[in-house]
Amino acid sequence: MTSLILRTTARYLTPLLLLFSVFLFWRGHNQPGGGFAGGLVAAVPFALFSIAFGAAEARRILHVETHVLIATGLLTALVSGVLSLFAGDPFLTSRWGSLRLPGFPAVDVGTPVLFDLGVYLVVIGVTLSIIFALEETE
Amino acid sequence: MFGGFNPAPGEGESMILALAVVSVLGLAFAAPWLVRRAGNGAGWILAILPAAVTLYLISLLPLAAEGQPAAFSIPWSPELGLFFSFRADGLGLLFALLISGVGTLVVIYAGGYLRGNPDLEKFYAWLLVFMGSMLGLALAENMLLLFMFWELTSISSYMLIGFEHERETARAAAQQAFLITAGGGLVLLAGLLLLGQAGGTLEFSTLLKQDDVIRASPFYLPAVVLILLAAFTKSAQFPFHFWLPNAMEAPTPVSTYLHSATMVKAGVYLLARLGPALNGTDLWLYGVGGIGAATMLLGGYLALQQTDLKRLLAYSTVSALGMLTLLIGLGSPHALQAAVVLLLAHGLYKGALFLVAGALDHETGTRDIMQLGGLFPVMKLTAIGAGLAALSMAGLPPLFGFISKEMSYEVALEFGPWITGAVIFAGLSFVFVAGVTGMGPFWGERKQTTRSPHETPPSMWAGILILATLSLLFGIFPAIISAPLISPAASAAIGEPTDLTLALWHGVNPAFLLSIATVAVGTGLFAARQPLRSGLLRLVWPWGPSFLYDRALGAFNVLARELTRLFQSGYLRYYIMTLMVVATGLVGFTLFTRDGWDFPRGVTDIRFYEVALGALILAAALVATIVQSRLAAVASLGVVGYGVSLIYILYGAPDLAMTQFLIESLTVILFVLAFYHLPQFTQLSSRRSRVRDIGIALLAGGLMTALVLSATGVLFYPSISDYFVENALPLGHGRNIVNVILVDFRAFDTMGEITVLGIAAIGVYVLLKLSAASKSDKTGDAE
Repeated sequence: MTSLILRTTARYLTPLLLLFSVFLFWRGHNQPGGGFAGGLVAAVPFALFSIAFGAAEARRILHVETHVLIATGLLTALVSGVLSLFAGDPFLTSRWGSLRLPGFPAVDVGTPVLFDLGVYLVVIGVTLSIIFALEETE
Repeated sequence: MFGGFNPAPGEGESMILALAVVSVLGLAFAAPWLVRRAGNGAGWILAILPAAVTLYLISLLPLAAEGQPAAFSIPWSPELGLFFSFRADGLGLLFALLISGVGTLVVIYAGGYLRGNPDLEKFYAWLLVFMGSMLGLALAENMLLLFMFWELTSISSYMLIGFEHERETARAAAQQAFLITAGGGLVLLAGLLLLGQAGGTLEFSTLLKQDDVIRASPFYLPAVVLILLAAFTKSAQFPFHFWLPNAMEAPTPVSTYLHSATMVKAGVYLLARLGPALNGTDLWLYGVGGIGAATMLLGGYLALQQTDLKRLLAYSTVSALGMLTLLIGLGSPHALQAAVVLLLAHGLYKGALFLVAGALDHETGTRDIMQLGGLFPVMKLTAIGAGLAALSMAGLPPLFGFISKEMSYEVALEFGPWITGAVIFAGLSFVFVAGVTGMGPFWGERKQTTRSPHETPPSMWAGILILATLSLLFGIFPAIISAPLISPAASAAIGEPTDLTLALWHGVNPAFLLSIATVAVGTGLFAARQPLRSGLLRLVWPWGPSFLYDRALGAFNVLARELTRLFQSGYLRYYIMTLMVVATGLVGFTLFTRDGWDFPRGVTDIRFYEVALGALILAAALVATIVQSRLAAVASLGVVGYGVSLIYILYGAPDLAMTQFLIESLTVILFVLAFYHLPQFTQLSSRRSRVRDIGIALLAGGLMTALVLSATGVLFYPSISDYFVENALPLGHGRNIVNVILVDFRAFDTMGEITVLGIAAIGVYVLLKLSAASKSDKTGDAE
């Protein structure tokens, strides 16, 4: 599938969609969004790339194996849950702290954010793994 | 339920006791490496640890004799009543000493017997796994722990019987032994748990003090039946006896160790261990005693027909196991003392005779007693060991077997003529088998064999001579074991302290006279062995339990194959159809029979755009099913999805709506990619199957609609949403309640879901890659 329009669009949309996905992920705790939606949006540019330029090219710009993404995501989620065990709390008990950067309002940061990051990575990995595999099956 | 238990205070905590078990299991993992490094001498090196364990266990004997056995306990999963606890009382020590002692000799012996075998590493690894589990079984204080070791012995026994796995008979025998003993193991778990319920604890020493409570408990009957089944399968009691002779497919060291001295006695050991809490009822007397007597007679009889050395010994082992079971079933102090003595005596002489059978096989290439004879001049040491063991088995003084047989006869005489007759019959069979296996091959006329035999290497005759010498030593000086070993073991089996003095000479009494008669008649049978065997062979009964087992196994395989063919068609459409029909049927049935229908009535306040949206979704769904183009169908499905998203927005769930939008969009991408590989759209299914599909679809969809409508009317519990709404910000630090639920309140669910996602992705990947690979294989196209 070679289409000039698709190729051009894919190039321009990629950074925008990635930024949008990070935005979705970050605001997710207070407004619509979150790891799942963010992960889906993050997968879209690579899916577009894979259609426009082929899976090999999409894999190249992704830099990471999709299976590694899945594994890393699962591990991240697991770690976020295990952290509370060290404090003697049950698995997945959330722990929160406040992050203050000069010039920004204080942000609450906790293990659920880490968990959400895990979801984000798994969703990207799963979506792309299937799409790439389909694309590569000739 | 068993959580309140704490180990009894005052008993010496002995870490080494647990270490003795664990170290042998650990050595199993080091064994392959050691065998590779040490080569043929590995047997001697590997035997060091079992020998050390034997010495350590001997050092524990005084503690057990004083009634303060060494013990060790740490909590493993106390909520389940599971403790990693061991206790070395008399009975456990006697059994453990048999295991480590005979084990040491077998490890050495196997080094000679399997010299140069390429799989020696694997053999030693599994043999040591078995030894460790067996030690654990003998010393376990916790019943769940005992169960684990019990199953481990079944597994390692499977690997050892099937050691020569190139032969089909070996594989079949291994499978048979495993199915029977592991099946018994499952039953055992249920029985032990029931027993634990009845007694309130899973620790043996505490449990056995609750004997009156247990006997009065409603769990007593099922617990005993289940435990007996387990013990009977493990100890090859009728009607499960047939796996033991078949297990002779194992290499001889394995037969010696597992199938005469140790594993097959595990069932008997369990019965002796639990006897104090369970015996004394009619169920025990007739269940255990009856089956034991039947097994004893059957094994003794079947042994007479055999010509293969190992099968002969195996049937005679079945008979001896039956006698042990009978004695435990009788349950009187005398009977239990006799059982303990028989346990040791049989382990010594039968172990030696099995090793002799292996030595003969190794040197001559045959185990057929018809082809063996006159080997004494070339195998003097083996012959001496065999002779001593045979004399012990036949029950002649001054060997230990004589003491054992005298005691059995005395017990039998106490219980009347039927028991006496049965025990004498077994005694006759013992004399016969002893003659055929321990004497026949070495004396008489020398026969030609395929290999020219000579004396076995020291690694092999050492074990035979040591076991035979012990039979002699314990026979002449029974005092060295009666107070430190036999008395504590008998005390544990009886449940109260007993002081037993073994003596070689009891004077001329009825038992002695019977003994003389048995030996005389048995020798006569031995002399007339040729006509006797050919006479018996005409009476072979083909419809035995072994035949039933084969039929049952065959039927089971047929059932499995048919079920697989029925349910695993390999076509996605049939899987989906099955899922839909079954789910619809079950849910519909439940809803219908439990009056679950509850449609909301009098719904008002419907806005026009809701109706419009509903109509749009319905129309799109209908279009998707009838259009003749895939792209159009996907587009209509997309309309359905976007329509549902709109509903979410209308009812204030922007999160769901957004996710739905994204999913719909990605689905379209996926579909487009998949279409690329599909052939042209054609109408393949017949009119009939399309009608059927419509019916199923309508049923499933209709049921789902009814379910959703009914669900809105049901409110079992106060809704949990209020809790989430109130606590999302204070507890979850977020204003987006959906997300807080996903990543915090219900994070465990989400964790499961993303794991499933990951597995699904791997599955899709593998399927696609596999089909691509098989395609390129078929076309011979090397990409």
